[in-house]
Amino acid sequence: MSRMKLNLGPQHPSTHGVLRLILDVDGEKISGCEPVIGYLHRGMEKMAEGMTYLQYLPTVDRIDYLSGFFNSFAYVSAVEKLLKLEIPERASIIRVLLMELNRIASHLLWLGTYLLDLGAVSPFFYTFRERELILNYFEKISGQRMMYNYFVFGGVRHDIEFLNEIAPMVKTIVEKLGDYEKLLTDNPIFISRTKNTGILSREEALAYSITGPNLRASNSHLDFRSQSDLYKNFEFKIAKADEGDCFARYKVRLDEIRESSKIIYQAVDFLAATTGDVNTGLKPLNLKIDHGEAFADVETPRGLTTCCIKSDGTDKPYRVKWRTGSFYAVQILPKLLIGNMISDVMAIYGSLDVMLPEVDR
Amino acid sequence: MNYLYCAFIELLAKYNFPEGLALIIFPLLPFCIIAAGLLIMVLFLVLAERKILGFVTQRKGPNRVGYWGLMQTVADAFKLLCKENITPAGADKFLFTLAPLIAFIPVMLVWGILPYNAEFDLMSTPANLIFYLFLAFMPVLGIFLGGWASNSKYSIIGSVRAIAQAISYELPIAFSVLGIVVLASSLNLSQITLAQSSVFGPAKWFVIPAFIGFIVVFVSVIAELNRCPFDLPEAESELVAGYNTEYSGMRFALFYITEYSMMFANAAFIVVLFLGGYLSPFGGYLSNIIFGDSIAANILVYFEQTFWFLLKTFVILFLFILVRATYPRLQSDKLLKFSWTILLPLSIVNLFICMLIKTIGGAM
Repeated sequence: MSRMKLNLGPQHPSTHGVLRLILDVDGEKISGCEPVIGYLHRGMEKMAEGMTYLQYLPTVDRIDYLSGFFNSFAYVSAVEKLLKLEIPERASIIRVLLMELNRIASHLLWLGTYLLDLGAVSPFFYTFRERELILNYFEKISGQRMMYNYFVFGGVRHDIEFLNEIAPMVKTIVEKLGDYEKLLTDNPIFISRTKNTGILSREEALAYSITGPNLRASNSHLDFRSQSDLYKNFEFKIAKADEGDCFARYKVRLDEIRESSKIIYQAVDFLAATTGDVNTGLKPLNLKIDHGEAFADVETPRGLTTCCIKSDGTDKPYRVKWRTGSFYAVQILPKLLIGNMISDVMAIYGSLDVMLPEVDR
Repeated sequence: MNYLYCAFIELLAKYNFPEGLALIIFPLLPFCIIAAGLLIMVLFLVLAERKILGFVTQRKGPNRVGYWGLMQTVADAFKLLCKENITPAGADKFLFTLAPLIAFIPVMLVWGILPYNAEFDLMSTPANLIFYLFLAFMPVLGIFLGGWASNSKYSIIGSVRAIAQAISYELPIAFSVLGIVVLASSLNLSQITLAQSSVFGPAKWFVIPAFIGFIVVFVSVIAELNRCPFDLPEAESELVAGYNTEYSGMRFALFYITEYSMMFANAAFIVVLFLGGYLSPFGGYLSNIIFGDSIAANILVYFEQTFWFLLKTFVILFLFILVRATYPRLQSDKLLKFSWTILLPLSIVNLFICMLIKTIGGAM
């Protein structure tokens, strides 16, 4: 087994979907890597050209099924820019609240599956226990656990309910986060697997246009939330680490959960104190949009997601283009994997939090 | 001869069986007990592991088949028996079939070596400790052959890992065991057990002088069993299922039984070496304390010894399962480094400490 090609995936227990990696291995050392994508391609962009604006809205949740609110938000705000709609403040605060809850749910799932990739069985169940709280809440307000379809053009579907349940829920999650840290952050095996493996330098990350927690773990402040109007009334820090290794990416995600919880508290306080409209009352059934082009960005748990829409005066978009964070994270894999061992493949690939439906769309 | 034999002959005489029959049956009985005990223990152990893992992760574990899920493993075993034995194209058919047997047969022998109580000690040769170490290594050979014969890249990586791991972790075990041999001045497992007896219960258990050795053996045994956090040969998130990727049906079941019965045997091995084997943790035996020195009490002592032996083994097994529930998996290169740079020096230090204790103890 001195030199051979190892075909990892597309059906493999820990590629979380259908990524295929063609590895050149020399013993256990990796000397070449070629990611093959496209096994989950559903034609999300082409599909939009045959659907009306409203028909396309429920499908965008499926682009990344772990962070449905973010995809909805990108699409909805791009359409709003084309329509030049001003959305009520209460609606935008509700959007922020739900997106941050979704970010926590997504990071919790990442933590569980990452530890599963590293061979630890139990953290998976612990993080799912907490994620369940959030999903149950989402189910209460939107009727769905993962495909919410809650944001509409000009606001949200209806006013938020069960607001008093959010703060205790988030408090529990942040408390449990301390438990995870006890189990993992000082665990010598976890440290030896993640520290100094898969180091991604700041220059490299920027050159490969990596965004999101992967970039912020490589000593960068770049977070679209800090430049977005949406978040301008909230106080929070940008979670960041310097090392750029797998452990730094783990730390950044855990810190992000804490920062998100701060945003959630502020949003809940604001929503509890005020009342107002939650949408503009736009009737989107026969929505026709004039010639134009608009794009909207959002900082998802997996990096910057952009939705760009070109309209041509009909009720269907002329062209929709999505930019997602995971797609770029897959590109950097050969760079990070070469020279490492086979057992590092999962440690590095898992730490990038690649979401295959988001890559292939 | 001994109490158990007399009791057995009396039982046969009561129902008018000739004494010659007892002579034939009596030596065969223990082997039947071991064969039955092994299968029952494996069924129980798999269920216990799943239940404990379930409780650790706030689940119920298997609870559908039978009362409280007790028949789950029986159902699983039945399913495996019904499944087709698939031999992949290009595999070495002979070795592919032979490998599970090579892994499984030594396990039966290993179970025969262990001293379960003062009488139930079937292969009490003067140096059966060496024989144990030899047999405990054999399943890895089966794993290696199985992985090599399956003609699959994942399997071969798994089997190469298994052999590298076994070689590195045999040495720390051997050196730590050497410390025990020095302390007990014997290579016989029963003698080692008896050397730990004292009226104060655990006072002379070898875990106290050879505590480093205990830790080293505990860790190395987990590695030799290919259990988490050292389950690299079958790392499911990297190598799909490692050496048994291509195995199905009864052949897979044999590997499975091997894994779990070796887990029990190695836990029992730790108990014999460090925790006083079948000796009571209170010094005297409870049956003697309660019933005095009667014949019935002396027969009861054997069962009590087995009870203590099993109880201590279950404590070690419980620790194995807890370790599995807690830790992530090590990297393959760091695993070998850990053995050669930490465990091996520690086990040699342990050997010197044991020698020092023995010399001072002998001088006094």
